[in-house]
Amino acid sequence: MNVKGYWKPLAESILAILIGAVIGAIVLWLSGYSASSAYYWLIVGSLGSLDGIAETLAKSAPIMLTAITFALGARTGLFNIGAEGSVYFGAIAAIITTQYIPNPLIGLLAGLIVGALWLLPAAILKVYRGVHEVISTIMLNWIALYLVSWLAVSVYYNPRDPNSTLSIPPSARLPLLMEGTSLSLAFIIAVFTAIIVYVIMWHMKLGYELRVSGQNPRAAEYGGISPKKATIWSFLLGGMTAGLAGAGIVMGTPPSYAITQGLANIQNYGFDGIGVALVGRNHPLGIIFSGILFGALSAGATAMQQHAHVPLEMIKVIEGIIIIAVAVPGLYDLTTRWFRRERA
Amino acid sequence: MNETMIISLVLGSLSAMVPIALVSIGATISERAGVVNIGYEGILMFSAFFGTMIAEWAGNGWVGLLGGALVGLLLGALHGFLTVYLKGDHVIPGIGLNLLGYGSVAFGIMAYWGTAGQHQVPDTVKVEPLWRDAFGNSLSPMVVITIAIAIVSWWVLFKTPFGLRIRSVGENPEAADALGINVELYRFTAVLIASALAGVGGAYLSVDWLGTVTKSIAAGRGFIGLANMVFSNWNPLVALGGAFLFGFFDNLSFYIQNNPWLAGTIPWQFIATLPYVVTLLVVAGIIGKAKPPKADGKPYKRE
Repeated sequence: MNVKGYWKPLAESILAILIGAVIGAIVLWLSGYSASSAYYWLIVGSLGSLDGIAETLAKSAPIMLTAITFALGARTGLFNIGAEGSVYFGAIAAIITTQYIPNPLIGLLAGLIVGALWLLPAAILKVYRGVHEVISTIMLNWIALYLVSWLAVSVYYNPRDPNSTLSIPPSARLPLLMEGTSLSLAFIIAVFTAIIVYVIMWHMKLGYELRVSGQNPRAAEYGGISPKKATIWSFLLGGMTAGLAGAGIVMGTPPSYAITQGLANIQNYGFDGIGVALVGRNHPLGIIFSGILFGALSAGATAMQQHAHVPLEMIKVIEGIIIIAVAVPGLYDLTTRWFRRERA
Repeated sequence: MNETMIISLVLGSLSAMVPIALVSIGATISERAGVVNIGYEGILMFSAFFGTMIAEWAGNGWVGLLGGALVGLLLGALHGFLTVYLKGDHVIPGIGLNLLGYGSVAFGIMAYWGTAGQHQVPDTVKVEPLWRDAFGNSLSPMVVITIAIAIVSWWVLFKTPFGLRIRSVGENPEAADALGINVELYRFTAVLIASALAGVGGAYLSVDWLGTVTKSIAAGRGFIGLANMVFSNWNPLVALGGAFLFGFFDNLSFYIQNNPWLAGTIPWQFIATLPYVVTLLVVAGIIGKAKPPKADGKPYKRE
């Protein structure tokens, strides 16, 4: 492994996170909150106890998987932001199938397949009609939101609890890794998936074809690789990981093991995944670490809201700033140059 | 369907047309100059929020609309700085703007008004309609202004030297540079105009049309505006017509959802997908002919 080649992207990601934290502090101060108290509870809530760490890891599982969706797209030259819709469909598919066959493998498989199928139209529209995937995947996300809401509210609702869907039957639930927390096997599945995707992308022919198509579609075609095939595979694999994320959330989150009203508990993972992917530099192994970081932000947010009385949404503000900072080209070079000039 | 219903559907479609048209026209100007921005969703969110804040502070909806333009301008300056001057990726800052918009508005509504997810704009600071009837139908002055903006943008882009230069830096920046056109300045200006227009559209959502700020006020209109730009083949006048079409479906879906007879037959969620399904179908059907500016989305670096 080329250690030197990894150092700069890592430094840039850390810089982006620092910029997010500093601007976040300024926003907190301008809004009349105590930044130090907010950040204190953010860290204590996510890393200050065994329960906090379990919560951090639990929250990181679905966003690692949705980050892989975006990263697979980016490595193939696509901006696939359709993970959100596949998460909804993965979750409802797991709930529906396990009602009939209460087995965890069936639920995960259903999530995987339905998640992939949901993104297939975007792939087909891209390959055969040239429709830009940013537009098609966003439209698919909105359509998925309403269709899955309808399934959740009108078809697979819980007759004893109008606020949620039917629950995953006990025999189809993912086992907890730590009793009393929501850390389940879903975390192991997410890390394992990231490693599999790493192997596919860097040690198998299909991954090589995807990456070459992403870097230079014309050269790929010249070398006998079909960029169209690469596009379809990129969407299918990405849809699978996002669908798995959705299935994992409902199958591994106590106490309800269901989709709650307005899809509240399965929303926004797709968008959070984009940030995780960008900070992880679209690399499956980088994503494991940035996934845990974003998991910590989201686990600590509850403690921050409870004790420092800062609205949860503050975390999204910090995440947005981190992404814009990631987009600054040569951030590391710019900063080191600036510091050198300051000293001179 | 009687006369009142038709009037209400047409007026409703015109109202829904405004924000989509403003985003499309702005995005057309920006992409004609070669800069892609997918952050309009975020710009709509921010300007809806700050537009309301400014309108309430000034006690006037028009000031809110101007405030929205200013907020759009500032966000556009950030995007333009990253893409035009630092030569960064065009898509990633847009994703960041959108996420920042969703988070900030939800946070801002809590932090500033102390309510979760939604704030009602007082009637006294809303933009006064040009015309209204007894059934609650109204025509906003912004409809007329948006039509004027479409015509002026078309004329400037295709009939003036300024428009020719904007288009030349988006088609062939090397040639434009060789002719002494400041590629970066023209691109940056186009981004600013685009984001200011989207900013007006965002403030229109809150201080005019909807009369409320919610944490999901943009509701995909930034992206529908981009799809409409593609549909219109990067032409502001066609974009106006396209926006009316999308506004019609948006409004039709509201109408069906609120009609007790129709709502009983078809689940409302199916109707709510209508504008998004139509967008997909239209973009899929039309795009074979669409041709973006040649240097669209490509950072220009001088040799």
